[in-house]
Amino acid sequence: MKVMTLNFLTCAVKNCKSSNDSFPLHPKEAELAKDDIEINPQLLINVLPRIDWAALRTTSTELGFPTLPEQPPSPEDLQSDEALLKELHELLMETQMMEGKLVCGHCGHEYAVKNGVANFLLPSHLV
Amino acid sequence: MLPTPDTSHVPYNRVYEPAEDSFLLLDTLSSPSETAFLSSLGPGSGVVIAFLTAHASTIFGTPHVLTTAIDVSPFACAATDLTVRKAITENTSTSGHWTSPIQGDLVTPLRGGSVDVLVFNPPYVPTPELPSPPAAPLQELREKTTFEEDSHLLELTYAGGKDGMETTDRLIEALPRVLSARGVAYILLCAQNKPEEVKGRIRAMGAGTSAGEGEGMGEGEGWKAETVGTSGKQAGWEKLQIVRVWR
Ligand SMILES: [Zn+2]
Repeated sequence: MKVMTLNFLTCAVKNCKSSNDSFPLHPKEAELAKDDIEINPQLLINVLPRIDWAALRTTSTELGFPTLPEQPPSPEDLQSDEALLKELHELLMETQMMEGKLVCGHCGHEYAVKNGVANFLLPSHLV
Repeated sequence: MLPTPDTSHVPYNRVYEPAEDSFLLLDTLSSPSETAFLSSLGPGSGVVIAFLTAHASTIFGTPHVLTTAIDVSPFACAATDLTVRKAITENTSTSGHWTSPIQGDLVTPLRGGSVDVLVFNPPYVPTPELPSPPAAPLQELREKTTFEEDSHLLELTYAGGKDGMETTDRLIEALPRVLSARGVAYILLCAQNKPEEVKGRIRAMGAGTSAGEGEGMGEGEGWKAETVGTSGKQAGWEKLQIVRVWR
């Protein structure tokens, strides 16, 4: 599962949807893999408005990547910031979480990640 | 005509085989111009999401489209992942960007306001009751499954409960939370689902029904639902149509 995907995922428990603590989910015991993908600056610039930046900062730190700037860059700034482009490319496009857990900060439920796929099916008492 | 993705690797004894319904979704989606985050629910073999991802430039006018797919079945997730990856390799010049499959129940794992285009080929066949969701042992990918387990997984792909609408109704309820302000959902219905009543229910949702999470609902407008594709009057008992839902 790409780190990009993680930015679109929240806790599947109904009561957690209204809580700010249910997003982003927190990786635990994460085993990462890196795909070798050609950098596509335009894609990163275009995807910026779709990314929850604060959540991405949290994820980046929790996965042991460099701390991202507090504010998201403007498209123009990102265009000319080769270092940040490279960082974002590595984090969002190339990094895969293969194994581990994603933990909800509100209810504490842990979602298993196996073979790169996160399982969000809930046990019946949580549905 | 754009080529249909290769699904020769898909184990059809437990994953839904692309049929007329999948191809109707493909035909209808070859025209809109929305872009960005696209999610396919219950992708089965992955043929629809593979097509949309591989031909993103042609369909959406831009390759800057991120795609994902959500299915309860680990086998469908794995099959979809491979179908999409294959299709991308064969269409590198027009492809969008595939993220990952997600194992889950409809849109429950997605954050509010995140989806721009949602595609749903639901379990739409009316049945006395809904099959139970896959229990823990069936949530894991493995080599061998029993005949009963395969039957259960297949049943989940078509059995829709009362009017064939029990699952689709749950998805419709979740749309205000998960669709972005410009978000559009394409939902496949059969005649037994009573499509006119379904569209009526969607239009009656009105502005007040949003859970109010995320970027969710805009100010004051209601929901729209129109039939944008049909399998034609000559089709069999299923008589399929695609309903486009947006606000
Ligand atoms: Zn939770």
